[in-house]
Amino acid sequence: MRRIAALTTNPFVVALVVGLALTGCASKKTPNSASDLGLGGGAGGVATPGSAQDFTVNVGDRIFFDTDSSSIRADAQATLARQAQWLNQYRQYAIVVEGHADERGTREYNLALGARRAAATRDYLAGRGVAANRIKTISYGKERPVAVCDDISCWSQNRRAVTTLGGAGS
Amino acid sequence: MKAVLKALMLGLVLAGGFAAGAARADIVIDVNRGNVEPLPIAITDFLSGDKMGAEISQIVSADLKRSGLFTPIDKGAFIEKISNPDAAPRFEDWKVINAQALVTGRVSQEADGRVRAEFRLWDTFAGQQLIGEQFFATKANYRRVAHIIADAIYERLTGEKGYFDTRVVYVDESGPKNQRKKRLAIMDQDGANVRYLSDGRSIVMTPRFSPSRQEITYMSYESGEPRVYLLQLETGQRELVGNFPGMTFAPRFSPDGQRVIMSLLRDDGNSNIYAMDLRSRNTTRLTNSSAIDTSPSYSPDGSKVVFTSDRGGQPQIYVMGADGSGQNRISFGGGSYSTPVWSPRGDLIAFTKQSGGEFQIGVMRTDGSGERILSSGFQQEGPTWAPNGRVLMFFREAAGGGGPKLYSIDLTGRNEQAIPAQGYASDPAWSPLLE
Repeated sequence: MRRIAALTTNPFVVALVVGLALTGCASKKTPNSASDLGLGGGAGGVATPGSAQDFTVNVGDRIFFDTDSSSIRADAQATLARQAQWLNQYRQYAIVVEGHADERGTREYNLALGARRAAATRDYLAGRGVAANRIKTISYGKERPVAVCDDISCWSQNRRAVTTLGGAGS
Repeated sequence: MKAVLKALMLGLVLAGGFAAGAARADIVIDVNRGNVEPLPIAITDFLSGDKMGAEISQIVSADLKRSGLFTPIDKGAFIEKISNPDAAPRFEDWKVINAQALVTGRVSQEADGRVRAEFRLWDTFAGQQLIGEQFFATKANYRRVAHIIADAIYERLTGEKGYFDTRVVYVDESGPKNQRKKRLAIMDQDGANVRYLSDGRSIVMTPRFSPSRQEITYMSYESGEPRVYLLQLETGQRELVGNFPGMTFAPRFSPDGQRVIMSLLRDDGNSNIYAMDLRSRNTTRLTNSSAIDTSPSYSPDGSKVVFTSDRGGQPQIYVMGADGSGQNRISFGGGSYSTPVWSPRGDLIAFTKQSGGEFQIGVMRTDGSGERILSSGFQQEGPTWAPNGRVLMFFREAAGGGGPKLYSIDLTGRNEQAIPAQGYASDPAWSPLLE
């Protein structure tokens, strides 16, 4: 719990969330990763290799899903492959995968759908060699949207799994 | 917080009719007819030495009006001024303004400080008294007296139990959508007497009443892990339901209040339905599918459970025995279906349907036949039944609307009403009638 709280109060994460919301609502493009949103450039240069910022900016901490689906898309597979490689290099981190859904579903079902997305993401990382006992999952259903608008450009950003890093792992 | 439902304990005494045996009504509202013409009714200010008499009649009037079955007549049209509510009114004066029913009453304060409310319901065209009753309550409870009077009038004139002396638990929402603060809250069904049951530091959702009305079950992230809890309304005591390894969610009580049925997340990412006996803590798994099985709701006799499953590819509604036997799909319309809730009368299942880019609230018979959509909108979900099975409450968010609001709709689909909750509100759950 302390880990999650620490991450959400990290000013960089807040900045990233705002960036996503603005970009997403302004364009109809479906973002595939943080780097697609132009967030990888300037900030990436200063991120210390192996830092949480390095992971978020240069690797990409989130993947996106199709409507009502928990299948790992091809673009997401590439992101998760990078995540796995990074996580296998920096083994000090514990990992929490957050599963989320868009608002276009009912509350309880979307909670279950977010859980399924988190589990699919965890399994994919485990399949790439990340120790399963480092990874916890949690679903927020549709309770924590990052993008707020009433069309598919936002909904597609909210259907996501976010890999978050905790302190020293087990 | 400590004594949210203390009101329940305040000894609202119902003293039986003080008039001669009730006369047989000539006026009857047939709620089963397709197109009900609302009944014109005159509700006079109850006589009292202060404002309470007028306030009570206002609450009674608002309850009956919202039901869609009554049209309270504007007081400005009244001819007779009631000065003695114990005497028969001048029926001609009421017939001429087309008041088919008339309500008169008096509110006074007893020596011990209690409020005494008397009321009479008259059939103006038959020239008869239909009800004469009196109630005692503490002053803080006067709104409940008004709701009980409205229930008595509704029941006498429709033949159906009322639903006005009830409460609603819900999730109060405030703040921007991507940082929404959610608090458990409880209010009277008409939006009055809001009290908050949690502080908003953790996400909470899906509160539901126990049949005893003293307890709710809900889901919260307060421990950091999403889990199902019980909350005693009178004491504020909270308790985790069960000790499960993964997320528990979508809880509801069994009709006897002895069990909580809910979903438990499996390690593979799917969810199954479990029932837990609250005394023995014994847990029974009812479904075992590689799919999402959630939103379980018992039939009122406790023999069956309706739930949502996507085992067929998309969310649909299924019914099974309370032991998990005989799981059958009942929803077959185009679109997906979720949040099924069994009517307290046992005859219908309410649901949320997603179809054609809209969210709809509807009902179907328990075998899935006779589907009727009552309300459509951009985003709306989560029906809950009034205890008489005639009205549903749900929450809706308009496109670009900022946040959800509560609405009610009756089974005709024609009488939709906004519930005047403060701020944004979601996940309503209607209580049984209070006692």
